[in-house]
Amino acid sequence: MNLGVEQAKAWIDQMNELFQQQKQYLTELDQAIGDGDHGWNMARGFQEAVDKISSNRYEDLGTLLKDVAMTLIAKVGGASGPLYGTAFLKMSQVLAGKQEGNEQEWIAALGEALAGLKARGKAQVGEKTMIDVWEPVVMFLQEKGQLLAREAAQLAQQKMEETKTLEAKKGRAAYLGKRSIGHIDPGSASSCLLFIAFAKVVES
Amino acid sequence: MNHVSLVLVSHSEEIAEGLKKLLEQVAPNVGIAAAGGNNGEIGTNALHIQEAIESVYSEKGTVVLFDLGSALLNAELALEMAGGKERVRIADAPLVEGAYIAAVEAGLGKPLEEVVQACEAANQMVKIAK
Repeated sequence: MNLGVEQAKAWIDQMNELFQQQKQYLTELDQAIGDGDHGWNMARGFQEAVDKISSNRYEDLGTLLKDVAMTLIAKVGGASGPLYGTAFLKMSQVLAGKQEGNEQEWIAALGEALAGLKARGKAQVGEKTMIDVWEPVVMFLQEKGQLLAREAAQLAQQKMEETKTLEAKKGRAAYLGKRSIGHIDPGSASSCLLFIAFAKVVES
Repeated sequence: MNHVSLVLVSHSEEIAEGLKKLLEQVAPNVGIAAAGGNNGEIGTNALHIQEAIESVYSEKGTVVLFDLGSALLNAELALEMAGGKERVRIADAPLVEGAYIAAVEAGLGKPLEEVVQACEAANQMVKIAK
């Protein structure tokens, strides 16, 4: 199974739909342990990304994903702009010049996105960040060697739930210390939506 | 430019611009760029920071100072996007005091590493004698 430019566009569209639907929820999560703008930021950023890519024709995945990355960097405030921007930038580098990517190439792209996120945010698993979703999901895909997107999305949901039990070590939530326990990390929740959107596209 | 230049990154446009005004009184001969806010709102933006770096880029070097949290992520991303600008350093210093010291040192014509060291020493500065 290969995923090409049209599927990548559909992925961004699906993500945007989910972020528009869930912006209130993500913002509430962020109000609990952050500065309360995550949902609005993601909804605005992905709407801009959809506007940008829907009016363009793309010859390759790299150019498409790079446009998404640059839009997120330009339009999304807080830490999520540079983080999601970096993730899509890394994917664009792996898929540069390709009209389609096969399962291995997409898994490699997600792996590079994870590496970029860890380098940019200097975060590790267990620190109550998006890495708590990204790392187990990418490792699962790498181990299976197949793009098992539905299982990956289920795992993402489980790992997002588990961030409730963690104490934040990064970002503004870290200032709350133990008071951050009991809340889902907003970045892990938006990352979960990214993988849910991916599964919808892969399955359709 | 003959002096190390400065880029001031803040979540608030007014903080960055106000600090720039303050420093221009101290060091009128130093190139200083403000990169505050995100498209007019509170936040920081890697593209704004990249433009600011390029607007004051000096062969002698450029020091980037930032205020809080995600300002660092965006400053690092801006640096990567600026590409090949090896003489740009992000300083680990309090924004106001660090930038003030950096402006003074840069104005004296000090080299990049000394300007960075001097403003990072502001982390240990005692403001009220006990």
